[in-house]
Amino acid sequence: MRQAAREPLLLGGLLLLVILALAGLLAPLVVDVSLAEIGAARPRRPPGGAHLLGTDTQGRDVLAALLVALPRTLTIGLLAGLIGLGVGCALGLLAGWFRGATDAVIRTLADVALTIPAIAVLVLVAVNVRVMTVPLMAVVVAGLAWMVPARAIRAQVLSLRERPFVDMARLNGIGPLRLVVTELLPNLVPYLAASFVAAVSGAMLATVGLEALGLGPQNELTLGMMFYWAQYGGAVLRGMWWWWVPPVAALALIFLALLAASAGLDRVVNARLREAP
Amino acid sequence: MATARYLLARLGMAALVVALALVINFAIPRLMPGDAVEAQLAQLSAGGGQVGDVQAVAAAMRARFGLDQPATAQFAAWLGGLARLDLGVSVVNYPQTVGSIVTGALPWTLGLLGAATLISFTLGTTLGGLLAWRGTPRWVVVVALPLVTLSAVPYFILGVVLLAVFALGLGWFPAAGGFAFGEAPTADLRGIGLLLWHAALPALSIVLASMGLWAVGMRGMVISVLGDDHIALAEAKGLPPRRIFLAYGLRVAMLPQFTALALQLGTLVSGAILVEVIFAYPGLGFRLYQAIQQKDLFVVQGIVLLLSVSIAVAMLLLELLYPLVDPRVTAGRA
Amino acid sequence: MTPVLSVRDLHVEFGTPAGLARAVAGVSFDLIPRERLGLVGESGSGKTTTALALLRLIRPPGRIAGGVATLDGRDLLTAAPAELRRLRGARIALVPQGAMNALNPVLDIRAQFEDLFDAHGEPRGRAARRDRIAALLQSVGLQPEVMARFPHQLSGGMRQRVCIALAIALRPAVIVADEPTSALDVIVQKGVLATLARVQREIGAALLIVGHDMGLMAGFVHRIAVMYAGRLVEIGPVAEVFARPRHPYTRALIESLPRFGPRGVFRGLPGTAPSLVSPPPGCPLHPRCPAAIPRCAVEPPAETRHGPAHLARCHRAEEADLAA
Repeated sequence: MRQAAREPLLLGGLLLLVILALAGLLAPLVVDVSLAEIGAARPRRPPGGAHLLGTDTQGRDVLAALLVALPRTLTIGLLAGLIGLGVGCALGLLAGWFRGATDAVIRTLADVALTIPAIAVLVLVAVNVRVMTVPLMAVVVAGLAWMVPARAIRAQVLSLRERPFVDMARLNGIGPLRLVVTELLPNLVPYLAASFVAAVSGAMLATVGLEALGLGPQNELTLGMMFYWAQYGGAVLRGMWWWWVPPVAALALIFLALLAASAGLDRVVNARLREAP
Repeated sequence: MATARYLLARLGMAALVVALALVINFAIPRLMPGDAVEAQLAQLSAGGGQVGDVQAVAAAMRARFGLDQPATAQFAAWLGGLARLDLGVSVVNYPQTVGSIVTGALPWTLGLLGAATLISFTLGTTLGGLLAWRGTPRWVVVVALPLVTLSAVPYFILGVVLLAVFALGLGWFPAAGGFAFGEAPTADLRGIGLLLWHAALPALSIVLASMGLWAVGMRGMVISVLGDDHIALAEAKGLPPRRIFLAYGLRVAMLPQFTALALQLGTLVSGAILVEVIFAYPGLGFRLYQAIQQKDLFVVQGIVLLLSVSIAVAMLLLELLYPLVDPRVTAGRA
Repeated sequence: MTPVLSVRDLHVEFGTPAGLARAVAGVSFDLIPRERLGLVGESGSGKTTTALALLRLIRPPGRIAGGVATLDGRDLLTAAPAELRRLRGARIALVPQGAMNALNPVLDIRAQFEDLFDAHGEPRGRAARRDRIAALLQSVGLQPEVMARFPHQLSGGMRQRVCIALAIALRPAVIVADEPTSALDVIVQKGVLATLARVQREIGAALLIVGHDMGLMAGFVHRIAVMYAGRLVEIGPVAEVFARPRHPYTRALIESLPRFGPRGVFRGLPGTAPSLVSPPPGCPLHPRCPAAIPRCAVEPPAETRHGPAHLARCHRAEEADLAA
């Protein structure tokens, strides 16, 4: 735990994410969020004056829109990551602890689910949903984010359950549920953390991918949707850089932060890489 | 013997995946409220088209596309169609078949994705190996750092930036399309040149954005392998450092990379779809995007199914080739 | 008889978060041609480190901090990398501990030999090499067909024999065996050791064998050296050391061997090995030693001679009969 607190990559990544989240949450204090609605201002204005980042073809103030979309994107990623981790962790624990048929079923399920490209299923679901909302998006994305945490946790549980301390606990008559919670989980914390970051990264990637295709929430603005509308409105071709660069930059920052956090966590979990050239 | 068992296991898994893909492809659209016909009509009428007696048209469309049959009959019909390689018809671009759309777009995607993945994997793995070696010149490490950072962002973000800077800004590359506008690809020198020129930026987006991942993974593996006992014995035998690094280090470390490649196929394809959209590159991804826009159900279904099946097949191929590089594998899995 | 390998004052240190650990603190010994010298001690005594240091296989955070190891008139510890590579495998060879992982898993047995031949430039020619490999495999009791197999297709004992064949392939003057049978079953152990002794005799090499099983060593080596906390505490002909051990630790090791006969108390030494970062002053054994006297806590013992080749480091080594 202490190592984690000292790892610069991890701290840097988390800090960046916190800053981005705060920027979004504190937005109403800084900008007039009603400007993020369609038709709130004159369209197609380049940056300057009242609109620090200009406006898009539908009359939205880009800066306001950006700050409103930011927390929504982060929410989807976090929610999907949490759900994915929760489900994945539970399944991984079950598979690793009980082994046998339970393990075979869960493992095969995860392997098959990993093979099917996430985008394929997500596209299918998203296409057929009438109105996509933020929470629904999170659930959909989480549906395909559980496999990697499940596998990672399963592998750890399989190795931990052979350790002497587990046998001791069992001999002391501790039941399986309590054993898992009190003995296994504390040892799994680093892997849970790493899986969580990976799950959130994967979820964000899938979310942004879907949104860029136009399958995101229709009525709530997220960073990916901002990009989609920009693309749809020909922002790149028209040279309206102020419309597509901010969401892209914000997304890049989020992913960089996630990468840093996950690389940092990796180092904490695996100390040998620190001595390498 | 062991090899046969391994092959059967891999084939079985691939078949399972395909079966699941079929079921998912079929079930999801039909589980959602509303259907393609409704959506289609809603779209048409929203666009101001004259549709006349909506109910009659809807009924006719449903009958035409078999949507008024019970689910099992539809599934059977669909499977039957698949067996004949008939993926259905495009609702929007009737009477163009989904099959024709797919076969038109497939070569573009295969070419782009295939080449880009190959280049990215080879370069990335080599870079990763170099990063783990003590004798690597400094500049390699310096170049590697931004590449690893780039790998964090989704492919299409990189694509958009490249598009804006190199195509629209500097005009060095075309901004859209797979070939010269309005022309069909030719096999001559000019044709090949045009193909490469148009594919350059999309391919570059994919390569730059995925190389870092392979590099990091490979580096980790090599470092881990270099700590193994067989390296110590190799040193004790007095083998030259280069031989030890290549044949005892890299060669052993490469094996998990192939497994990682197989697992990453899904993600690679997902990323490539969006790159095609950004560059209006006429591959499956772009067609999928168009079909989503137009809510052209059968086209979406067909392309998604094709993607799932291709990935399953690609994974199977990789897994079948794996025993050739790793002699331990046919002896059975742990 | 001039020694083939002469080690003087070897020091190996390891950097740990707690400080510098002296894994080997001033070890000296000679290896006579054709002899078998056993190096024993508990885990952490420095025996494996000593053996690996001779081949300069110590990796960071460990480093060789001092000493000389002379082979063929050259110091192994300060030889240039190119020279070291020339010597390794050809003049001094290693039989590793876990043959499970010591062979390259993706190369067949023949390739493992070819690598060795390529590195040292001999023998030349496909036919000559094939014949040599076949002969080597046969000399360790394996069929020549084994050369076409991969390591994972062989049993543990067979893999260890392959490692022995690799070690003797170029007829080195010194063979260093790092617990070569620890990972094997008892029955296989005997066979592998017998093979090792036979081929060692055939090529006339000297063998330094590291182990922790005193019983196994007793029947195998000519001389035995005992290490504790990085120091060599006793060395001498095996029969003599077993009959009249001069160091309390050696005595404890011998007494801890189970015996047939009337049942007695299972004897061992209480306590644990000392910290190598901050060893106790004086003799490192004194906190646990049944024969310790006040002087042991203050002054490190010097080497004393108790026979032509029998040395020990203990303040009370001279005393004929030490009561516990």
